Amino acid sequence: MSLTTNDVKKIAHLARLGIDESDIESYARDLSGMLDLMTQMSELNTDDVIPMAHPMDQVQRLRPDIVTEQNNREQFQAIAPQVEAGLYLVPKVIE
Amino acid sequence: MHNKSITDLAKSLRAGEFSSVELTQAFLDRIKRYSSLNSYITVTEDLALQEAKAADERIAKGDATLLTGIPIAQKDIFCTQGVKTTCGSKMLDNFIAPYNATVVEKFNQAGAVMLGKLNMDEFAMGSSNETSYYGAVKNPWDLNAIPGGSSGGSAAAVAAGLAVCATGTDTGGSIRQPASHCGITGLKPTYGRVSRYGMIAYASSLDQGGPMAHNAEDAAIMLQIMAGFDERDSTSVDLPVPDYRAELNNSIEGLKIGLPKEFFGEGLNSDVAAVIERAVNECRKLGAHIQEVSMPNLKLAIPAYYVIAPAECSANLSRFDGVRYGYRCANPVDLTDLYTRSRGEGFGKEVKRRILMGTYALSAGYYDAYYIKAQKVRRLISDDFKKALSEVDVIMGPVAPTAAFGIGEKIGNPIEMYLSDIYTIAINLAGLPAMSVPAGIIGGKPVGLQIIGNYFAEDRLLNIAHQYQQVTDWHQQSPKGFE
Amino acid sequence: MEWEAVIGLEIHTQLATKSKIFSGASTAYGAEPNTQACAVDLGLPGVLPVLNQEAVRMAVLFGLAIEAEIAPYSVFARKNYFYPDLPKGYQISQFELPIVGLGHLDIDVDGVKKCIGVTRAHLEEDAGKSLHEDFHGLTGIDLNRAGTPLLEIVSEPDMRSAKEAVAYMRKLHELVRYLGICDGNMQEGSFRCDANVSVRPKGQQAFGTRAEIKNINSFKFVEKAINYEIERQIDLIESGGAVVQETRLYDAVKDQTRSMRSKEEANDYRYFPDPDLLPVVVDEAFKAQVKATMPELPDAKKQRFKEQYGLDDESTTILTSSRPLADYFEIVVKESGSEAKICANWVTGDLLAALNRSGLEIGDSPVSHERLAGLLARISDNTISGKIAKQVFEEMWQGTASADEIIEAKGLKQITDTGAIEAIIDKIIANNPGQVEQYRSGKDKVFGFFVGQVMKEMQGKANPGEVNKMLKDKLK
Repeated sequence: MSLTTNDVKKIAHLARLGIDESDIESYARDLSGMLDLMTQMSELNTDDVIPMAHPMDQVQRLRPDIVTEQNNREQFQAIAPQVEAGLYLVPKVIE
Repeated sequence: MHNKSITDLAKSLRAGEFSSVELTQAFLDRIKRYSSLNSYITVTEDLALQEAKAADERIAKGDATLLTGIPIAQKDIFCTQGVKTTCGSKMLDNFIAPYNATVVEKFNQAGAVMLGKLNMDEFAMGSSNETSYYGAVKNPWDLNAIPGGSSGGSAAAVAAGLAVCATGTDTGGSIRQPASHCGITGLKPTYGRVSRYGMIAYASSLDQGGPMAHNAEDAAIMLQIMAGFDERDSTSVDLPVPDYRAELNNSIEGLKIGLPKEFFGEGLNSDVAAVIERAVNECRKLGAHIQEVSMPNLKLAIPAYYVIAPAECSANLSRFDGVRYGYRCANPVDLTDLYTRSRGEGFGKEVKRRILMGTYALSAGYYDAYYIKAQKVRRLISDDFKKALSEVDVIMGPVAPTAAFGIGEKIGNPIEMYLSDIYTIAINLAGLPAMSVPAGIIGGKPVGLQIIGNYFAEDRLLNIAHQYQQVTDWHQQSPKGFE
Repeated sequence: MEWEAVIGLEIHTQLATKSKIFSGASTAYGAEPNTQACAVDLGLPGVLPVLNQEAVRMAVLFGLAIEAEIAPYSVFARKNYFYPDLPKGYQISQFELPIVGLGHLDIDVDGVKKCIGVTRAHLEEDAGKSLHEDFHGLTGIDLNRAGTPLLEIVSEPDMRSAKEAVAYMRKLHELVRYLGICDGNMQEGSFRCDANVSVRPKGQQAFGTRAEIKNINSFKFVEKAINYEIERQIDLIESGGAVVQETRLYDAVKDQTRSMRSKEEANDYRYFPDPDLLPVVVDEAFKAQVKATMPELPDAKKQRFKEQYGLDDESTTILTSSRPLADYFEIVVKESGSEAKICANWVTGDLLAALNRSGLEIGDSPVSHERLAGLLARISDNTISGKIAKQVFEEMWQGTASADEIIEAKGLKQITDTGAIEAIIDKIIANNPGQVEQYRSGKDKVFGFFVGQVMKEMQGKANPGEVNKMLKDKLK
């Protein structure tokens, strides 16, 4: 299974991941290599097998509806790249 | 002092032979002296001495636990409040965690002294500690060899006597393999045994934090602190925590040990095979019964893992976008630029490779063929283990196909690097507990024995390891120059 | 060419829990930016979600109310996309296995009943808010809202007109408020509507290409937006064009929809089950527990009010428009011992008018049901007349005194003493021989003159019934 450089560019955009032009080919090669590993899986018939999402057969625990967190804005925003008037700032979002 | 066990040091502290402050200072000096190993990313000198002082007061009052005053170190994947937490990445080079991971809280409450944060493969992705933004870690046994990964800093630090013990995390072998390569004892608990709250996520359904120490008893002491239900982690299991030291001295007479034939095929270095055989023989001498088991789907563990882990991590790492914390690129021109450049500049190659792979596996048209398929294979592998563990009590085998390879040897070939995870990865897919225990030295480099148990059988694993360590002394060896 | 519109609505309701769906931060509206965004809501490295049980109860309650299948086993999934108000880079939602399955809601449009299918309803977390006011060319992000629980309710494409769509939306709005799971405040964003609109030639089975109109926040705008869009699509096709599958926004000022972004460019959300959360199990015991908390639903209540109280459609509709109002009315009937119709008139008339004038909801009424019941009881037992009662009500609205206290203080008791009334009547008759003559000779209208004179003499405090009876007698 071979990925083209265009495939890599599309995936990188989906993941908002900047990759250098000069690296695209090597990523394509590496990913294609990984996908080759997958052929072993595809050869196996798993029609009657239930996918396993978690190792344990557990169910979701529910928590009571009470407010347990207080305002920690100062502390959290002390490590933020850019804040003003209590808001996180980003380049203008155009709808 | 620096190679002594927790129990020995605890005894000395209570007897007043030295104080925690003196002990801590001794370690801080050693860390400076051997900084070329590059096992630490951050050394928290002032904090450590403060904690040591408080520990001395607690010991004097008689209000101490075994770990009170003992200098430990945390893998830099655990959030430590007020202390830089980088996960081995440029993306978090400026991240001062605003809260403590549950595991860190527990060690703090026990009065352990934190020396600092340990180096690791970036975002826990790697098997050699070469993908770290902070540079490779050297194996104290052979400075040209890798210490293993991703908990390479943790393993190297303990082996070199730069911490009494350390925390690690294991998603595909990241505690066991470095423990094996550095000649220390490491344990990956059952999935859900140790809280993941505050442990920066790589692959959520595979990650587990665990102890890395000089011997089984120390690992048991650490696990006692780390294990337990946490209501902040939905995947945390609400089961009582046994006394992990209570069973250490049980005899292993009659223990049924299974050796999967698939573990001993081609690809396993013959010297390593011999070490494992000898170790198994020691267990036989202690009264255990050995038999062959089969894990027919074992080799599919690698492709399954390399779909599931990247898929989960591709989503887990989406939060690193330069908006609320972490690295932000300079002068972003628009939103897309902010994202692509912050993430492009903040992440290293291996992380990007896995994000790309995961994104692809989940994308429209490929979800069934890759992700669902991998989860089905996961079920098959898990069933293989269940069946085997219904015939035997534990499974044994190698941890890695060879002893530690050279720095730079495999980093250029990711696929080859992935294939070396063959013995450890399947265990994470099944969620079972497993240990690596020092079992030999080949060409001056350690080799570990892997012991795999049934769900929540950590006490049994520790018992077996402890009994093995009563009749062997591999775990007491130190690398040359670090004795 | 005859065209048919096909409309489906996706409505996001903010569930009225105290804390967020996956964290313990508060969901209260109106706080300072980012003061209600805890570590989990901010998506800090290492944090994990834990599910709020009240959100689950509310979802199940809704499912039972629309007679839907409740999934015994449902799964949370990650919906992956990048946007600054989405801290984790994915929204925790439900995809293949939602908590509520197929149900239905009955609507009534101009007397015609129709059953609208509800495809599913699922739980998910809300995103934060982007503030576009200029921060030197930058956008400000407030994550207070991030993590608020949402129940996304998806209808079948069963509606055929904007009117039907609005009727469905209103019905749903009434239901979620009745169930107490959502306050329905569209200005504050608790109830948000997206409409999927397409057209096809009448008789055609296949659906046409649909456009999605996002975030319309009033009943009026929903109707206008859908009507505009139907016209736009028909015009487009009739002039040889084709409808593009896209997202559009409704511009209320211009009364038109305009394209927001093409769906081709839209994200591949790469849904997969969230590994930090485990499957949600709803067993029969839980369902029974929730069912036991089900309040009387609007339709059933309307029916019962008609039967039990003999009220007409208009009064019933007004009284059942909200649960608090309906409850208020019923308590007044019980406590006053008055006829239901009289109580209904007072509640839908005087009380609601006063509330509207003061801009208050029934929950904030200065006149409690006890006080109003006290007043109506005094009309029932003839202590005061209906007319005097209105005066008393005015007083009650301004202060805190009971009806009895005001009647006593102002001496408003109705005079029923027949002797006293008779005396006054005799006096009036004696003083007005001319009008007596007129009445006896057939001018019935003059009767009103006598009534007026008697009432004036008695300062309105005579029992009108008694006065009428006696006057008729004496004037024979």
